[in-house]
Amino acid sequence: MTRLRTPTLLVAFVGLLLVSIVAASFIGTASIEAQDVLSVVLRRLGLAAIAPGPPVSPLVDALIWESRLPRVLLAGTVGLGLSISGAVLQSVTRNPLAEPYLLGVSSGASTGAVAVMILGFGSGAVTLSAGAFVGALVAFAIVLLLIGGGRVSNPARVVLTGVLVSQFFSAVTSLVLMLDGDADATRGFTYWLLGSVGGARWEPLQVAATVILLGSLACLVFTPALDAFTFGWDTAASLGIDVTKARVTLMVLAALITAAAVAASGAIGFIGLLVPHVVRLLVGQSHRLLLPLSGLGGAVFLIWVDTFARSAFSPHEIPVGVITALLGAPVFAIVLRKAAHR
Amino acid sequence: MTTTVLSARDIAWSVGGTRILERVSLDAYAGRVLGIIGPNGAGKTSLLRILAGLRRPEAGSVRIGGVDLGRVRRREVARRLAIVEQSPEVHADISVEETVALGRTPHRTAFAPLDGRDREAIESALALTGMGLLRSRSWQTLSGGEQQRVQLARALAQEPDVIVLDEPTNHLDIRYQLDVLALLRSLDVTVVTALHDLNLAARYCDQIAVLHDGGLRAIGMPEAVLSPELIRSVYGVEAVVEHSPHTGSPLITYVRTV
Repeated sequence: MTRLRTPTLLVAFVGLLLVSIVAASFIGTASIEAQDVLSVVLRRLGLAAIAPGPPVSPLVDALIWESRLPRVLLAGTVGLGLSISGAVLQSVTRNPLAEPYLLGVSSGASTGAVAVMILGFGSGAVTLSAGAFVGALVAFAIVLLLIGGGRVSNPARVVLTGVLVSQFFSAVTSLVLMLDGDADATRGFTYWLLGSVGGARWEPLQVAATVILLGSLACLVFTPALDAFTFGWDTAASLGIDVTKARVTLMVLAALITAAAVAASGAIGFIGLLVPHVVRLLVGQSHRLLLPLSGLGGAVFLIWVDTFARSAFSPHEIPVGVITALLGAPVFAIVLRKAAHR
Repeated sequence: MTTTVLSARDIAWSVGGTRILERVSLDAYAGRVLGIIGPNGAGKTSLLRILAGLRRPEAGSVRIGGVDLGRVRRREVARRLAIVEQSPEVHADISVEETVALGRTPHRTAFAPLDGRDREAIESALALTGMGLLRSRSWQTLSGGEQQRVQLARALAQEPDVIVLDEPTNHLDIRYQLDVLALLRSLDVTVVTALHDLNLAARYCDQIAVLHDGGLRAIGMPEAVLSPELIRSVYGVEAVVEHSPHTGSPLITYVRTV
C-alpha cells in the first residue's frame, strides 16, 4: 500500500525532528555545542543526574533556554501546524493548490490579530490567537462563499479567489495600522506580517503549541474522510462519511491551527503547499500517513529554514517567510502546471 | 424464491420547482441485476442517487433489507450499499491500489491499518476487475475504461449487498462492456444499474425498469418490457424486436426515428 513501511518512516521522522531541535539550538553560535544544549535542557527539566558535562555558564544557559530553544520549538510548532493545515485544506476543498496563505486564511488571521492589538484588547498570546481565529474564520467563510461552498473545483479559480481575499485583508490590516499612526509599531508589525519566529518566548509558544498540537491530533481522527474526499462528496458519502459534519469540522480545525500559527509568528507562506506535496511523493495519498508525516516534516523543514534565515547572512536576519516564499513559488508553479493538465 | 433487498415506494423528487421523479416504485431482488433505462433527462441519475441514499426523496421511501434508508447511519449504509458514479473529477495523484483501498473505509477506523480481511477484499476486487497488474499506476494515467473498472473494484472492495451503478459501460470498448456486465451478473450481489444500450440491457438484466418523463413506464423481464410500442413511445424510434438465436435474448434493431 505505502511505498515504505509506516512505523519505520514515523520513527525516522521523529528522530530527525529531535536531532534538528538540538542541532538548530547550537548552530550559529561558536561558543555552544550539542552537549551544552542537552545539559541545559536536562537540568531545567530536573534531570541533572543524567545531564552530560559540568553546568554551563549562566549566560549560555540563558541564551539556550530563553532565546534559542523557544525559537526552535516555535519554528517546529508553526511548521507542523501550517503543513497539516495545508494538507487538510487541499482535501476539504478538493484542490491541490489550497494552502492557508494562498487561500487568504493567514491574511484574515493577521487582520484579526492586528485588530485585537490596535483596538486595545491587549497583546497577550491568548487574545491575539482569539483575534486571529476570528479573522481566519471570516476570511475562510468569504472564500467558501465566493467558490459556492466547494462546488467550484477549478483549482485556478479557487486560488484567484484566495488572492482576492488575501489582498482585501492585507489592505484592511494596512488601513488599521495607518489609522493607528504609530510609526514604530507599524515597523514592528510589518516585520511580523512577513512571517518570523524571531523573538519567540515561552508563554506565546505554549499557547501556540497547545492549540496546534490538539488541533492536529483532532484532524487525525478525520483521516478516513480526508481520503474519501478524493473522489468527490457523493462518493465520500457512499463510503459512509458524514460529509457536511467532517468538512465543517476540518475547516474550523484548519482555521484554528492557522490562527494559532499566525498569532505566534505572522503569516508564513507556502509551507502548507510545499511540505504535503513533497511528502506525497514519498508515501502516496493516504492521509493516515500523509498527515502525521507532513506535520513532522513541516516542523523539521521550518526549523532548518529558520536556522538558515538567521545565520546565513549574519548579522542580518531575514524573516523566515521570505525564504519559504522563495522556495514555495517554484513548487506552486509545478503543482499549478500539473493541475492544469487534468 | 426471491427476496427483496432494495425497494423504493412512491419516490418523488424535483429540482428548482421542476418535477424530476413522480411516484416511482420498484424492487431489486437478491443477486439479480435490475437495469434502469430511459432517454436522457428521464431522471435515471436522480433515481440512482435516491436509491443509494445520497439524496432524501421529497416523498416516498427507500428500504434496504426492510429498513428505511433514512434511519440507518451512513457508515452502516456504506457496508451494505456501494455506488459507482459516472466519471468523477479527481485532482489527486492517487494510485489504483489506493483507490480500491478506499472501498474499505466503512469497515475500518481512523487509526487501524489495513488488516488481513481488508487486503483480501482489495486483492479479490483487483483480480475480479482485471486491474491487478495496474495496481501501482496513477489514476491520472488510466484510460476512461480503466478508471471505470477501478471504480467498480473500489465498490467491490466495499463488500456490499447492493451495488448501484450509473452507466458503468460508458467509455468502455465493447469487449469491456461485455466483461463488466458479465462480471456484474456473475456476482452474488444485487445490482441496480442505469444503462444506455437497450440490447445490452436486454442481454444482461434480469429485470428492466423504464423511466420516461420522471415516471416509471414499465418494469419486468426484458422480454416483457422491450416491445416495439414501448420503444416507439419512450424513445420516438421505430424498432423491430426479435429473439436472438445466438444469445436467447431480445434483439432490437432500430429502423428509423418517428
